[in-house]
Amino acid sequence: MAASIVQFEDVRKTYQMGPVTVEALRGVSFGIETGEYISIMGPSGCGKSTLLNLLGCLDRPTAGRYLLGVQDVSQMPDDELSAVRGERLGFVFQSYNLIQQLTVVENIEIPLYYQGRPEGESRERATELAARVGLEARLEHKPFELSGGQQQRVAIARALVNDPLVILADEPTGNLDSTSGSDILRLFDELNQQGKTIIMVTHDTSISKRTRRSIRLRDGQIESDVRQ
Amino acid sequence: MSVNNPSGFFENLWRDLTAARLRRTVRLGFKSLWLHRLRSLLTVLGIVFGVCSVIAMLAIGEGASWEAQERIKSLGSHNIILKSVKPPEEQKVSDKGSQSYVMQYGVTYTDVKNIRATIPGVTVVMPARLIREYAWNISRRVDCEMVGTVSWYPEMRNHRVAQGRFFTETDMDGKASVCVLGAEMVPALFPLESPLGKHIRVGANYYQVIGVMEPRGTDVKNEDKSDADSKTVGKYMYVPLETIKLRYGEVLMRRRTGSFEAERVQLHEVTVKVHSLEEVRSVADAIKQTLEHNHKKKDYDIVVPLEQLKQAEETKRIFNIVLGSIAAISLLVGGIGIMNIMLASVTERTREIGIRRALGARRHDIILQFLVETVLLAGAGGIIGVLLGVAIPFIVTWTAGMKTIVTLWSPVLAFTISALVGVVFGIYPALRAAQMDPVEALRHE
Repeated sequence: MAASIVQFEDVRKTYQMGPVTVEALRGVSFGIETGEYISIMGPSGCGKSTLLNLLGCLDRPTAGRYLLGVQDVSQMPDDELSAVRGERLGFVFQSYNLIQQLTVVENIEIPLYYQGRPEGESRERATELAARVGLEARLEHKPFELSGGQQQRVAIARALVNDPLVILADEPTGNLDSTSGSDILRLFDELNQQGKTIIMVTHDTSISKRTRRSIRLRDGQIESDVRQ
Repeated sequence: MSVNNPSGFFENLWRDLTAARLRRTVRLGFKSLWLHRLRSLLTVLGIVFGVCSVIAMLAIGEGASWEAQERIKSLGSHNIILKSVKPPEEQKVSDKGSQSYVMQYGVTYTDVKNIRATIPGVTVVMPARLIREYAWNISRRVDCEMVGTVSWYPEMRNHRVAQGRFFTETDMDGKASVCVLGAEMVPALFPLESPLGKHIRVGANYYQVIGVMEPRGTDVKNEDKSDADSKTVGKYMYVPLETIKLRYGEVLMRRRTGSFEAERVQLHEVTVKVHSLEEVRSVADAIKQTLEHNHKKKDYDIVVPLEQLKQAEETKRIFNIVLGSIAAISLLVGGIGIMNIMLASVTERTREIGIRRALGARRHDIILQFLVETVLLAGAGGIIGVLLGVAIPFIVTWTAGMKTIVTLWSPVLAFTISALVGVVFGIYPALRAAQMDPVEALRHE
């Protein structure tokens, strides 16, 4: 059995919304191994986004432990969490989230920029990845000059640039037409075949069928965890 | 996520700051500002006008005060000048009717003798008489002031001879009919030829021109407003004192519309040169006492250029303080304008901040980004302001003929302060940006 790279141990998250305490996650435990391709599904309000924010180290759990790699990141200070995000995680969002004033290649190298890598090296790596997602001809274009599918490819290249432990994708095809959507999904499949660990949040069962493991959430708890 | 101590951000910021990082952040800042060119330009207008007006006003003020100081210096800082003044009560009487009588007032030869004999520390005394006359060169006429004076006038007044020579003691002793023209006289009387060696006529007498003085520039304009109206501005001809005494005696006749008046004035002006600068004050006091003793009426005026110089410096100091406060206010207003826009920009770019945070930017990276943008804005405003502020004095000099001086320190200071304004007013928006919760920021539309 391969080593666990993500380990959730009875993770809880509560929010205080005015006088009401909302329990978004009520004791979630699971482990993810290298090379897995996982979809997280569930109805809205089930805690998907909260889980993804915790997985992405954008937020800290109220209780429980989260081991990323070998390190407990559940109660890390803010600056260290930033570094963890920059070095070990890759994000792909539904709305691409590219920075509009930067070119394709500059968008791809952002994570390396915040790691303080030298400029030349980052540029080289970003160019390489742009080619990997088929955008070698668009390096100096701005995001608004690209189609949705192309923008999402840039986002994927950006998520790969720091060679992360896990790629977190939040409904990556939600804003795309079916053709470019399936292109993107094919790209994810390829990446997984090359050994990348991918966690994808979706509510599309046809997408979850492509993945090899599907975690279903309901009311802040894991309803099912199925390996296909 | 709780917001901890801001000072911690700055410590980290400082620790992480390298030249390469700063350079890249600056480039990024330029890109972001360039994306909203018009807004950036409008944002910095406050700083631009603040800096520009301060530099321009300083330059004009500096020029004006330089002129004032030059004028005073041209009177000589070692000098004390006594002027004859028509006493006020006498003026009233003479204005009343057309009856003619001889007025007697002013500084006398006895005063000069007394000063020389009794006051120590006085080296040279230069008496002068002033007579208003027409000077003629054949058919050309100039209304001018004839100055009867002594041969050491040029050294006393720091006024050099441009062509020819000044008259000598021999000329004085011989009561020679020679004259030296003020530079302002020459174009009117001798527009085409050199005046040297020519003769000009004043009244019934001819004087040979032996020299021309250097121009005094605009400074003469303001001097002696009391006894020269616009026609004679700056137009002086210098004649040996003895010659004037011989030609005009001591009673001056003047015909004015309907009235006829005569004045008996021995000397119109006496310049006393004091040995050392420290003694100027005490000698001036001593002269005052001597004159008070001998004159029943206040028919003289004592001008101490050194005191005027001190006064001019004091005036300039006050002017600078006033200007400094205006500058401070305008930069404050400009800074608040920048802060306002930066706050709006932070809100507008919430999502960008969220993206950057998700991709590994720490809080102090965000602080650096927005702080650099604000400083760039303010700095660019400062540079535009400096350029305009340096250009305006040139335009003023060129169009209005006013003297202006752009000192080196004023643009440097103005620019530094505007960059500082950027830092001060950039801190708050940058902190606001850095304190955003990444989850919230990413959700922002």
